[in-house]
Amino acid sequence: MDSYIDIKVRVWRQAGPKAQGHFETYELKHVFQGASFLEMIDILNEQLVAEHKDPVTYDHDCREGICGMCSMYVNGHPHGPDSAITTCQLHMRKFKDGETITVEPWRSRAFPVIKDLMVDRQAYDKIMQAGGFVSVNTGGVPDANAIPIPKPVADEAMDAASCIGCGACAAACKNGSAMLFVAAKVSQLALLPQGKIEAAARAKAMVAKMDELGFGNCTNTGACAAECPKSVSLANIARLNREFLCAKFQD
Amino acid sequence: MAKKKEDILETAAKVAKKVAVKAAEAALDVAEAVLDKAAEVTEQVQAAAEEAYKEATTPVITPEMAKIPAGPLELKWTNYKNHQKLVNPANKRRLDIIVVGTGLAGASAAASLAEMGFNVLNFCIQDSPRRAHSIAAQGGINAAKNYQNDGDSVYRLYYDTIKGGDYRAREANVYRLAEVSNNIIDQCVAQGVPFAREYGGLLDNRSFGGAQVSRTFYAKGQTGQQLLLGAYSALSRQIGKGKVKMYTRYEMLDIVLIKDENGEQRARGIIARNLVTGRIERFFAHAVVVGSGGYGNTFFLSTNAMASNGSAAMQMYRHGALFANPCYAQIHPTCIPKHGDFQSKLTLMSESLRNDGRIWVPKKLEDAKRLQAGEIKGRDIPEEDRDYYLERRYPAFGNLVPRDVASRAAKERCDKGYGVNNTGLAVFLDFSEAIQRLGKDVVAQKYGNLFQMYEKIVDENPYENPMMIFPAIHYTMGGIWVDYELQTSVKGLFCIGEANFSDHGANRLGASALMQGLADGYFVLPYTIQNYLSDQIGVPRMSTDLPEFAAAEKAVQDKIDRLMAIQGKRSVDSIHKELGLIMWDFVGMGRTAEGLKEGIKKIDAIKKEFWTNVYIPGEANALNNELEKALRLADFIEIGRLMAVDALHREESCGGHFREEYQTPEGEALRQDDKFSYVGCWKYMGEDKEPQLIKEPLDYEFTERKTRNYKN
Repeated sequence: MDSYIDIKVRVWRQAGPKAQGHFETYELKHVFQGASFLEMIDILNEQLVAEHKDPVTYDHDCREGICGMCSMYVNGHPHGPDSAITTCQLHMRKFKDGETITVEPWRSRAFPVIKDLMVDRQAYDKIMQAGGFVSVNTGGVPDANAIPIPKPVADEAMDAASCIGCGACAAACKNGSAMLFVAAKVSQLALLPQGKIEAAARAKAMVAKMDELGFGNCTNTGACAAECPKSVSLANIARLNREFLCAKFQD
Repeated sequence: MAKKKEDILETAAKVAKKVAVKAAEAALDVAEAVLDKAAEVTEQVQAAAEEAYKEATTPVITPEMAKIPAGPLELKWTNYKNHQKLVNPANKRRLDIIVVGTGLAGASAAASLAEMGFNVLNFCIQDSPRRAHSIAAQGGINAAKNYQNDGDSVYRLYYDTIKGGDYRAREANVYRLAEVSNNIIDQCVAQGVPFAREYGGLLDNRSFGGAQVSRTFYAKGQTGQQLLLGAYSALSRQIGKGKVKMYTRYEMLDIVLIKDENGEQRARGIIARNLVTGRIERFFAHAVVVGSGGYGNTFFLSTNAMASNGSAAMQMYRHGALFANPCYAQIHPTCIPKHGDFQSKLTLMSESLRNDGRIWVPKKLEDAKRLQAGEIKGRDIPEEDRDYYLERRYPAFGNLVPRDVASRAAKERCDKGYGVNNTGLAVFLDFSEAIQRLGKDVVAQKYGNLFQMYEKIVDENPYENPMMIFPAIHYTMGGIWVDYELQTSVKGLFCIGEANFSDHGANRLGASALMQGLADGYFVLPYTIQNYLSDQIGVPRMSTDLPEFAAAEKAVQDKIDRLMAIQGKRSVDSIHKELGLIMWDFVGMGRTAEGLKEGIKKIDAIKKEFWTNVYIPGEANALNNELEKALRLADFIEIGRLMAVDALHREESCGGHFREEYQTPEGEALRQDDKFSYVGCWKYMGEDKEPQLIKEPLDYEFTERKTRNYKN
């Protein structure tokens, strides 16, 4: 049963991209365990505002685990200690009375801190702009049922497509690699007949952009998939490697 | 004898006098009654005259003004496209279009316009266009493909939509929506959207509320996400090509209007705040398209994302765009019930769950009491003691009645004391029968991610114990008035998606929001905007140093300065929560004239409190979340009032708007077609002035209006 706990929150505070950051510890009393983690941060911020202090800046929006906006490293894990969820779906029942909870922003070269827990993830958008699409314009496309797609293939594409672009994979990776993110999109589109046509060009363009933006290399550690809130599978990285190598051989 | 005669005469005189007095008295009474009656009649006549005067002087929007094309219903859109003006490729390159918002409507419009050759400036408040709240739509998207061979057609989708909206939408718009629905599915599949498929490789469908066919396409419980990512990938392609300039973490704070050579105001740009630096910037375009979503967050607790807001709509409204039907808000029946004061939002459980889940409360009050006290659980109540009230009241549609009907039915049971959780504000959504019929694996495959979401939030396993749900604010059918071309009453200012009022009438059917957002963005606006832009090709790009831009920026800066200077005692959220409670209590699911009047008073008091006692920490010219929230709340307060004013004026019940005074003996919504068959449009008359009502009559030319019947 949910009850009330007293906690300490050790939060990364950083005034701006170039400012020196530091941890600040705040005490919170009587926090209901049914509250979500972000609601706990809201309570902390209300407390800070009441004391005329600067509230903690953090990204959040849908609060139902799908927009990919929230991005906190909680007790050493992206999106916290629970599995297959985002920070907004983490609840205070995962923490004990008297616990000190450490909250940090994503830490990755390609995701510079903007303020406190808010980081700049435009690098992911840029990778998408390099090739994360099927080149069709609006209108003039065939009937949706014109090309049947085997259900297992469609399901596999859907699993890859469930990526929310939150950046946890790159943040979890010791090399700061974006391979899982790139692999998810390359796989989704390479699996489907609509995306196959451009598969080779896409894999090359997205990998090249990823390298250019300062993401690290993949060394198959698997931290990305373990921490992914949507359980995107490592098999996608294998498929990306295959697509990429085939594309290179074709050159 | 003579004496006797005198006596008799005297007595007779007395009697006569008495009779005369009585008669006179009676005559007086009658006269008074007549006078009273006359006064009453005079009053009635006066009131009727006043009403007639009001009626006669209320401005009316004619079909011509709304640019509804002539001709039969099924040919209107074709006729329009055949005769509209177009812009040639060389001229498209010379024209800039601002698109505000990157949801389904905004992203699809920005991508499509750029593909056609226009230069697009696209704005969003999140860190990436992929985060817009369309992403959270779970269940699906409707289309009239009839792939299931179950009798679906464009007409039937049109009819279900217009009926579902309780006959308060425009016939021509809804028909067009149904017509282009099929193109949307084709487009999304071509983009690589991984819709669910059958084993034969063809697309699968499910059923949604308010329909007797299966026409809903879906991608697990993440349809909104997949459709938005499809639009986002199309948008990304255009950003990569340089045809769209993307501005993330920017919030529009005003529209800039500039007079043309004929003295007519036209939208020519926006003022936006860079949310990272706090800098206020100016942007020019030949036309402005706003797809900024709905205003459900007026209620503080809703299923909307935290940053969803109605400020863009209010900026348009204050510049003369009409706000249509603000009182039409949708209360979604299947949300996770509220559980504490700290709560920041309500989580929706997809309507698709009603395909297999059965909604019930106990038949016996004592069972409900024990559930409320936590002594028993739902599974402890035997089958014969369960009241499947939707199946009981609406045998034909059962658990798949439209959202407004399902929400009100839940409220009715809970009001009578049959609620099933500690607050008494919840009903059960039970899958035990589906698990028995289909097996746990099939149920998990269909709804697994939703069940997981429920379990994470509530800490209870929905496979073992029925889910608990309760209605919550989810969507707003009302919005900025647009004509058939999706243009607002301000020239050059267009409004698309949930932000406009156009297609859902008084209630939106499930899986129709995605359909409308993408219809507007992919297939309607890119056509209709050309009809406007075709005579703008000679207009050169204007400098943002023009006085109109400077004045708009100054007004925005003044407003921010005023807010920052208050330095009161209350946080933005604390005031917003108070507004939300007032909205829920007085402008919520069951409205009354008395309650609405009371609500308006309370909203006025909140406005005063906000403008004198809010506290915003930090600096205006830096990243400042509290300032962002305050700017949005200032507008939510105005929208809340407008909703109440509209709800008070609309003396009928229709769709999501339920006035308790107007219901049938069975508790169903009672429309007043003779009086309220119109779009209620409100015109801004100035700060703290009552808005003016303008009517767009809804004459149903092609469809017979009936009382909605989901019983048989």
